[in-house]
Amino acid sequence: MAKKQTCWEDVETGTELPVLPKVAHSLMSVKWAGAVAAFNPHMYEDAFAKSQGSKGPILHGQLKLAWLVQLVTSWMGEEGTLKKISCEYRGIDYPRLMKTMNEPQEGETWLCKGKVTKKYIEAGEHRVDLEIGVENGKGEITTPGSATVTLPSRCC
Amino acid sequence: MILEELKQYIGGVDPPHVRQVEKGAIRRYADAVGDDNPLYSDEEHARKSRYGGIIAPPGFFGHPVGSVPTLESVMGLMAAVVNAGFYRILDGGMAFEFLGPVRPGDILIASPKVADIAEKEGKRGKMIICSFETTYINQNNDLVAKSFQKVICR
Repeated sequence: MAKKQTCWEDVETGTELPVLPKVAHSLMSVKWAGAVAAFNPHMYEDAFAKSQGSKGPILHGQLKLAWLVQLVTSWMGEEGTLKKISCEYRGIDYPRLMKTMNEPQEGETWLCKGKVTKKYIEAGEHRVDLEIGVENGKGEITTPGSATVTLPSRCC
Repeated sequence: MILEELKQYIGGVDPPHVRQVEKGAIRRYADAVGDDNPLYSDEEHARKSRYGGIIAPPGFFGHPVGSVPTLESVMGLMAAVVNAGFYRILDGGMAFEFLGPVRPGDILIASPKVADIAEKEGKRGKMIICSFETTYINQNNDLVAKSFQKVICR
């Protein structure tokens, strides 16, 4: 399925990216752990997580970063290039537990958000800087970050 | 005191890790993220794109992954931090700089280095912040990415 292409001329400082909602749950954490071979028991073992000072198993920071990569790359389109991305894991997120084998319990939904903070030309490239972040169910940004992308110019 | 002891690890490097980038691993990664971008899975679509074939999602550098330095890694730094009594270890954040696409079949050499070690007074006492820098070079000797990671130990 082809995604819409974003052009440099289409965006201004303040332009917001479409929000990417995510429901983190323990099954998702396990899947992520397997996909990246990140097997810290802090993310799946209750007692160990508590010994580390958390209320229970926490969501992998790098999964939240991967969500932010998805937020930015799906917005910029295939002709865009993600040059830099970063985030801080400031707030801890707790994935929902499972209700059935594949359905999570009711609970929090996370929102990945972003907006353009700067639009400029550098090294002959049409670039924009973005402020991005993952927001928890209480509306707090637990994972603030930034990104730089190159967009095609006058593609539309 | 502890800080002085730990600071000797700055500049320390791990032996390079060799990472294989496999098509199936790319698919599993994208699936775990919930990212259905066809560039990561649809051969035909990817072939017609400007990449000319499937690419890995930015941030995926193949297996074995383990980009968070393990307790054995980076010249024993993490073990020394734990021995110094900072046994609560949290990933503090990550930055990536992407310099070229990563493709299935690539063999990447990841070279991690201890970039900095600092001490900070946090809400719950003293923290040690370890910063790591990793370069990823492919089989054509192209630098495809750099990563910068902060690990908070308290």
